[in-house]
This record gives sequence, structure tokens and C-alpha cells, in this order.
Amino acid sequence: MNIIDRRRNPQGKSLANRQRFLRRAKRQVTEAVRQATAERRIRDVADGERIVIPTDGLREPKFRHDPSTGHQEGVVPGNKSYQEGDLIPRPAKGGGGGAGREGADDGDGSDDFGFALSREEFLDIFLEDLELPDLMKQTVGRSEHTTSERAGFAVSGSPTNINLVRTMRNSLSRRIALRRPSNDELDALRLEIAELERTAPDSRRLDELRIRLGLMQRRAREIPYLDPMDIRFNRYEAVPKPITQAVMFCLMDVSGSMSEAMKDLAKRFFTLLYLFIQRRYRHVEIVFIRHTHRAEEVDEDTFFHSRETGGTVVSTALVEMRRVIAERFPVADWNIYAAQASDGDNLTADGPEVASLLAGDILPITQYFAYVEVSGGVGELLRTDSNLWRAYAPFSTSHRNFAARRVADRGDIYPVFRDLFTPEKHSV
Amino acid sequence: MSSAATTAAGGPLFAESDWSYDTVRRTYDAIEAIAIGELGLDVYPNQIEVITAEQMLDAYSSIGMPLMYDHWSFGKHFAYDEMLYRKGARGLAYEIVINSNPCISYVMEDNSMAMQALVMAHAAFGHNHFFKNNHLFRQWTDAGAILDYMQFAKSYVARCEERHGERAVERVLDAAHALMDHGVNRYQRKRRVSPKSAEKRARDRLLYEEETYSELWERTVPPDSRRERGAAERAQAPAIPEAVPLPEENILYFLEKMAPKLEPWQREILRIVRQLAQYFYPQKQTKVMNEGCATYVHYRIMNRLHEKGLISDGGIMEFLHSHSSVIFQPDFDDKRYSGINPYALGFAMMTDIERICERPTEEDRQWFPAFAGGGDTMATLKEAWANYRDESFVLQFLSPAVMRQFKLFKLQAEPDAPEYLVDAIHNERGYRKVRRALARRYDVAVGDPNIQVAETNLDGDRTLVLRHEAIGGRLLDLDDAVAVVQHVADLWGYPVALVEVDAESQRVLREHDRVAPRR
Repeated sequence: MNIIDRRRNPQGKSLANRQRFLRRAKRQVTEAVRQATAERRIRDVADGERIVIPTDGLREPKFRHDPSTGHQEGVVPGNKSYQEGDLIPRPAKGGGGGAGREGADDGDGSDDFGFALSREEFLDIFLEDLELPDLMKQTVGRSEHTTSERAGFAVSGSPTNINLVRTMRNSLSRRIALRRPSNDELDALRLEIAELERTAPDSRRLDELRIRLGLMQRRAREIPYLDPMDIRFNRYEAVPKPITQAVMFCLMDVSGSMSEAMKDLAKRFFTLLYLFIQRRYRHVEIVFIRHTHRAEEVDEDTFFHSRETGGTVVSTALVEMRRVIAERFPVADWNIYAAQASDGDNLTADGPEVASLLAGDILPITQYFAYVEVSGGVGELLRTDSNLWRAYAPFSTSHRNFAARRVADRGDIYPVFRDLFTPEKHSV
Repeated sequence: MSSAATTAAGGPLFAESDWSYDTVRRTYDAIEAIAIGELGLDVYPNQIEVITAEQMLDAYSSIGMPLMYDHWSFGKHFAYDEMLYRKGARGLAYEIVINSNPCISYVMEDNSMAMQALVMAHAAFGHNHFFKNNHLFRQWTDAGAILDYMQFAKSYVARCEERHGERAVERVLDAAHALMDHGVNRYQRKRRVSPKSAEKRARDRLLYEEETYSELWERTVPPDSRRERGAAERAQAPAIPEAVPLPEENILYFLEKMAPKLEPWQREILRIVRQLAQYFYPQKQTKVMNEGCATYVHYRIMNRLHEKGLISDGGIMEFLHSHSSVIFQPDFDDKRYSGINPYALGFAMMTDIERICERPTEEDRQWFPAFAGGGDTMATLKEAWANYRDESFVLQFLSPAVMRQFKLFKLQAEPDAPEYLVDAIHNERGYRKVRRALARRYDVAVGDPNIQVAETNLDGDRTLVLRHEAIGGRLLDLDDAVAVVQHVADLWGYPVALVEVDAESQRVLREHDRVAPRR
């Protein structure tokens, strides 16, 4: 008998099959991810979790009997009181009698198919759904951000990383230690020989010198100028980027005019911003502020799901935000981001108030303030600018940390972030 | 065997629940002494492989084979099994055993030592003996070659993917999997093709293709005339020496040999799936016997180890706990009921055979005159293990005592009747009826729909006609049938029709629409 330990065998043998499966189920999985994003909290959105997808297109059909046709008979265990000739009412659907039913224990029989996605897979699909450019997907999807830093020298590495100074220093000391003749020495010797050849061709000195030259040349050949053992490479180590903390304010108008579809768009926007910010900061807090004609800080559920009635006064939300910052997030310790979603309604008289709050209090202390105006459909884009848009419009040009965009569709969300991540603004 | 004697003197083989290679080896030797020396089992050499939970899931999803080609359906099963396991809804099997020579048993690393002993007795001796001796396995499977063949299949499919693209290969595999149950020869004896020579043949074929590949030809000659050349070649090619006689129930075999438009690599893939189906065909027919045999063997061996003082009381309690959950049979009205548990039925019947051999009642003498009171349990069991399959085993050996123990009863119903009729119960009048009905349930020929290729109409529009001989008016599930017929049409390359007729009267019950191949 042999005992073999297979535990060290390469893991993830099923990866190829899993990729094929996900590709096959792409449409269903994307739909399920969309749903999950709508249901989950922003903070948990990227945690891989169980999703359920319908099995259409994933069924593995077989010729099998339709259990509802034909004469059925079967043998079952556990008779308690039945006598021959008794009649047993049939259960409404399936189950029970077991006559002629093949067990569907491998998951094929169920209508829906549930399984778990890893965080990476989930993010991949989520980001792809938002039509992010590939490069962005990569950077956002990565959970830990590292930079490489110089960390001493190594004896192996890639040619581009050769450290010339070190290498040459090693080479020099080796050459000195092994007494490799330098070019200068050789040249001097040759000169002397040439000189002697001219003046005293038969002198013993000339023979001596010739022999010495031969020896030295041999030595120079045998001891290489640069030996592989001299070579040193710069060593780099992946170091997690210095990470600080950030707080993200989500502001949203929850008055009656915001429809569910608008809120869904807003949620995607907030989620994406959260993922971006999370990439940069190890610790990210989220504060939800909803407003009608008055504003309050709420938890996420209330934020997205409960409805308020009332007018719309945006400045109240900014005042509330200012209050929360003052209370809990000292500007020196926190990077402050704000994202606001609204359908653009605002009390006309509130416009100047909003502008002054933004210019005076909010923008100077926030890293970035993103405003999205969500609208139900393309048609709405054509109407005249909303009150809020008109109030915010000047800041887009006057402040670099302010962006305003109109969003009608999932694909519109990403461009809002382009500004945020263009290189010249990396001075965070 | 001598090692067993030496360890017996020193008390239990293991005291702790953690296992080590040393204890596994000593325990294996002690088990072997009982299995071979006392029970007289005949087994392939054993190989025990320790694996992790993830590897066990892997093996699960690729239908228990250690090597398997890539296909999305395995990924689907893996995802599903993994989720159930992570949720804790389902435990993993303690072992998986491969019908190969040497016989490979996979055991989980986190089994306790008592479980490892149980698993070795169960798989390495119980299943192993069954694989080596049952006539179906002897006749239909080649234990010495299966791993080589799977190695070949895996690399062949991978190469096809490289060459023709994943999608193209996937389409063929999808279709072949749908027809897997109809890819076995049920009656004629399998021709022996050694997998090594099959591999060589496929390799030669590829090599030839590579050698004769001409860039110029592929790029300059318009594809139409190429196809003509191909058709002409195919016409002369000796690859299809004679038409497969109809009707033919091995649909995969038929398509592999006769489908006009398939490329050689597509035929080879059909062949691989067909070989796989044939390999698993005996296992399908012997679930009760196979599990029963393994369970009976582990039960005897573990008790014997305990008798000899080689397993502590604690060890045997742990064993009994898992043994009794393995052979648990819920009643039909229990929420946990999902059919008759093959472990429970097999084990009950085999311990019952032991009882009949050794302590028969008057009833047993009437029912089983051949061996009741014969005393030689192992000889009777070994004879049964070698020469029966589930259907015939139940028909021959299911005793009234077991029917009473399980309180079996027979139900029947016409399709639209609102009630089931209790046709027979476990009494004098019902025993034979119940037994016959149960045996029929294990008959794969009854369980799988009987579908044959009836006509090909090669001179006309090449419509392929499939014919379902329905027994007792049982029709095919419509959705699935349409989907499978589509797969057949894709492989055949021309329209396919499906007719369902009554097996006895030959009356047409249902005619399906003709399905044209997808482009």
C-alpha cells in the first residue's frame, strides 16, 4: 500500500472550469450583481458573497421522463398504517410519493442556482457594468495599494535594475585584490618595449619586458574586467502607501421628486466613489445626510429606503455637513470627500445661500466635492438648467476640487471620476 | 499479517484522534489482515492519497475523477457544492474511491484516525473488492487504463481548445454531455481499445494534419473548393468503413461514426465522452450493491478490530456514530426523505444474507432454499457481489424480513388520478409484488428513456429520426427533450425529428417538431 500526500498539489485546479462557468453565466451574473449592489450596504458592496442566478442557459438538458405522464409506480419505505387498496391523496406538486421521480440532488432540478463570488470577481463585474476603462478597473479593483521603494541591493534582478556604482566598485576591488593589470600599466609597458626596441633591440631588459607583458596580458585575459559576481542590482520592496483616513459625505435629496431609479443611480455613484476613496485610504468613514427642507444625519438604510415629504432646501444639508465635520472630523486628521446627488430641485431663494456655504465653508476644507444630477431619462437632459445646477455651475470652473455632472444612465457615472483621478490632481 | 499479530499484543492501534502516517500504515496492515486473511476479499493494490477539503470539492465537481478535461459544467457544480459546504448545509464525503488499478482512495486530511480506519476498510477493501470482482466492472471497464485515458482526454481537449477555440469545443462538449446517458453500449461486448493506442492514434492524426498543413493552400484556395476536396477525401476515407446498422441506441456512437459534417477532432471528443459514459455505466447500475458491499465490509472489519482489542471503545463509538448516520433511512413522509438510501438498503440486505446463512427462520428456508442455513456467509456474498447488479440483486435476495424492517409498500397512480393507490404492502400477499417493483426501479433500462436512432434518410434531406419507445405511456420532459434534440441537430448537421411511440402497440404518442441545426 502506498500513502501519498496530495495536499501540496497545486490548488485551484477548478479555476479554469470556474472561469468558463462565469463566462457562460455572464448575463445572469451581471444581473445578479446589479441586484446585489442595490440591496447591499455601500461598505459591504465589494465583499464577495452568495448570489443567486436563474438557471436558464445553464441547464444541462437530458432526455428524461416527464414525471407527470404515464403510469407511475414506486416503492417507498415507512408504511405506518396503510393496507392494500388504500388511497392516498397526491401531494399538490412533486414530493411525497416518489413514484417515478428521479432525485434532482445535483442542483439541476432547482429553478435558481446559488453560489458565491469572490471579492475580485464581484468587483470585476460591478466595474465592468459601469463601463469603466480597463486601466481604471485594475486600479480600483485592487484592494491594497503599494509603491515600490528602494531597499538595498541584491545579487539577482532584472538588467534594468543594475546598480552601476556598486557593480563597478565591486569590480574594482576585485581587480585590485587579484592584481589585474590595468590598461595604463599595459600601455606603459608597451611604450617601454617600443622604446627599447628602437634603442636597444638586443638588451636583456627587452626580453624580460616582453615576458612580463605576455604574463600581464594573460592575467588580464583570465581575470575579467567585469565578473558576474560583481554585479549588484537595486532591490525594491513593495511598501504599502502611507495611508491616512478619510470621511465621505453622501448628501442626497430625498423629497418626493426623487424616484427609485434616481436613487439607484445615486447609490451606484456613491458606491463607486467609496471604492475609489477606499483605495487611497485604509480607513474610510461614511456619513449619510439626507435632506428635504431640513437635513439630518441618518444610517444607510434610512438614507436609501425611507421617504420624506417636504420642500427642498439644499443649504440645510451643507449646514449639517459643516456641523458634523466640526464635531467629529477635525480637518487636520481627516481627508474629507463629499458626494451629492439630487434631481436638481431647490428653492430658488436658497441659491445664494448654497453658493456662499460652498465657497466659504465647504470647498476650502474638502478634498473633493462631486455633485451628480440624476435624471430619469435622456429627455430630461434637454430641459433648462435646474436651480441647483445654476447655483453650482460657477464652481466647476473656479474650483478644481469641485465637479458637477449630469447622469442619466449607469454608463455616465464613471466620467465624473475622471477629473478626480487625472494625474495633475494627485496632490492629495 | 504478522504485523497484525505483533500490534495486537500492544493494545489499540491508536489512542489519539489525530492521524499520522505511521498509525495509518499500521492500521492498514491490521485491516488488511482481516479483509484478506479472514474475509477472503480479493482486491487491487491500494493507494491512499490524502487531500484537503478544496481538493475533495474539486474531485466532486469532476464526477470523482482525479483528472478531467475543462468544461463549464464542472465549474458550476463546484460553485454549487462549495457554497453548500461553506454554508454548512452539507458535509463532504470522507472519501472518494476510483475504480482503477492500483485502486486510489482519496481521504480527507481532517478525518480523525478512527474515520481513516473506517474509510480504509470501506473504500480500500469494500469498494475495491467490488470493482475488481463484479462482472459489470470486469466486462465494461478497464481499471488499469482509465487514468491514462483521462490524461489523454484532458490534454486532447486542451489542445482542441487551443486550436479551434474554447467556444467551439464547448459546443461539442455541451452536446455530448446532453447525450451522455445515450452513449453507452448496453448489450454488445465492448471492443477493447487500449487507451494508449487511442492516444497514439489521435496523436498521429494530429501530427499528420500538422505535416500536411499548407499556409498557401489555406489562404489562397477559396474555402468552397477546399470543402469539396475535404468531401471527396471523406468519401474515400476508410474512417467510416460501413454504415452503422439501424436502429442504434448508442446515439453518441452513431453520431461519431455517421454524422456527415463533423470534423475529426469533434468525433474524437464525442468518443471521449462516450468512453467516459461507458466507464461510469456499471456504477450507475450497482449503487445499492457497491455501497452495500463497502458498508458491510467496513462494519465487519471495524467490529473485528474492536474484538481484537485494536480499536478502543471510544474509537468504536465514533465509528458507530458515523456508521449509523450513513445507513439512516428516513420514512417517506419524513422531511429528510429523498428516496431509498442505497447504503441503508444494501447494508440491510447483506447483513440479512448473513443472518439467513447462519440463523435462518422457517420463512427464510422457504424463500431461499439455496443458501439458507448454509453457514458460509462470505461465499454467498461474494457470489452475489460478483454476479449481480442492483436490479437482479434485489429481485433475488430481498427477503421478507428486510421488507418488514423497511416497511416497504408499493404505490401506483395513473397520470391524472387524484390519488395514489397502495398496491401492495409488506405482507404475505405483497412481498413478491413489492420486490418486483423495487427491482424495476433499479433497472436502468427502465429508468433511462429508451431512445434510438431510427432513420437517417441519407438519400433525401438527411433528416435524422429519433424514436422514443415509451413504457407505460411515460413521455419525455418537453423542455429538456427540445434542448437535447437541438444538440443532436447541431452535431448531425441536418434536421432532426423526434417521435414518441408506445413500446408495446407502436402507436405514435407524440411527434415533436423537426429541429434544424444552429449555425
